Amino acid sequence: MIDSIPKHVNANADLVRRGRFVDTTFMIAIDEAYTLIRIREGRVTKLTQGPFITPDYSFCLRASRGVWEKFWQPSPPLGFTDIFALVKQKLMKVEGDLHPFMSNLLYFKDVIAAPRKEAAR
Amino acid sequence: MSPRFEPITGRYLQCELLGKPQRLYVEEAGRGIPLLCLHTAGSDARQYRGLMNDARITANYRVIAFDMPWHGKSSPPAGWQDTEYQLTSRDYVRLIVEVADALELEKPVAMGCSIGGRIVLHLAHEKPERFRALIGLESAAYTAPYYDLSWLNRPDVHGGMVCAGVVSGLIAPTAPAPERWETLWHYMQSGPGVFKGDLYFYMIDGDIRDRVDEIDIKRCPLFLLTGEYDYSCTAEGTLDVARRTGATATIMKDLGHFPMSEDPQKFNDYLLPVLEKIRAL
Repeated sequence: MIDSIPKHVNANADLVRRGRFVDTTFMIAIDEAYTLIRIREGRVTKLTQGPFITPDYSFCLRASRGVWEKFWQPSPPLGFTDIFALVKQKLMKVEGDLHPFMSNLLYFKDVIAAPRKEAAR
Repeated sequence: MSPRFEPITGRYLQCELLGKPQRLYVEEAGRGIPLLCLHTAGSDARQYRGLMNDARITANYRVIAFDMPWHGKSSPPAGWQDTEYQLTSRDYVRLIVEVADALELEKPVAMGCSIGGRIVLHLAHEKPERFRALIGLESAAYTAPYYDLSWLNRPDVHGGMVCAGVVSGLIAPTAPAPERWETLWHYMQSGPGVFKGDLYFYMIDGDIRDRVDEIDIKRCPLFLLTGEYDYSCTAEGTLDVARRTGATATIMKDLGHFPMSEDPQKFNDYLLPVLEKIRAL
């Protein structure tokens, strides 16, 4: 699922334009499985699966596999439709330097939800 | 061919609010029982245009919505540049009563959403004699902060974009795209620090958990409507208020935190039976 993020983001010209000033690497943690996602000018240029010894990233979204699987359903159940819904329920943590995330929130919400498109295929 | 005007008129009301002269922007449509509508935090009265353009509602109700000072077309009071906007429970109650007086409304129905849904509970507690009935949309006694509010107003983050980003997930996934994005546009247009200042009421000062049991719905009927996708004011939060007050509560399918603007047609179908009940009181 997570592997599909580059394909769906880079194929979406409007999303790439929305993130045109984003230049960062962020992490998604699914239980103890870590993935680094490199973004340049709104495009995903690299996706690297862990484990890592000294991962270098700005921010990390951390949740259990069960939570991510519900979040990435094409039509997520109530309470699993949005990152902030998960944070409020203490099902997800957003950690690290949040500046790139908060200053491009509408962009990152769609990047992180991109696997829903893969699930819908 | 004549111009295709909507039935809504917008005017500026000269009044004094919270002890300061104010030029308040007010929109209205319809005739009948005054229905005073209160917008959400960091937005403005445009959220209620779906009501004002629905003849089923305006046939019996005079729908009135105003931009609170600092919001929409109601500028901040003179001297704003030297203050930090922060909405308190006391000022918010007073503001609504003063606006109703300035508009010479006698026992209006007040309907508010989110912060407006919360203040409706304060009105039910403090000023029940002033209103014919109260309608709380996305109404709960308290919402704890679930992110750092300082992100909403700092020079290195675009205020409009972050405010829209924060609230975007509160809209039901089923909402039509034009209405979803217009709802977010209102947030993008909000002045710096205004959403954050409103949330001071919503997440800190407006906590009414300790007084909900004192609300007497016999003195002023209270109706609650909450969208199922709202994770800020949750269905559980609304049902708790209903249980403690005896108010009528409805959880609305396929709607979120902004029912009147994210999907007006769907919302109006839920609102109309409530308005009919109030008419029959």
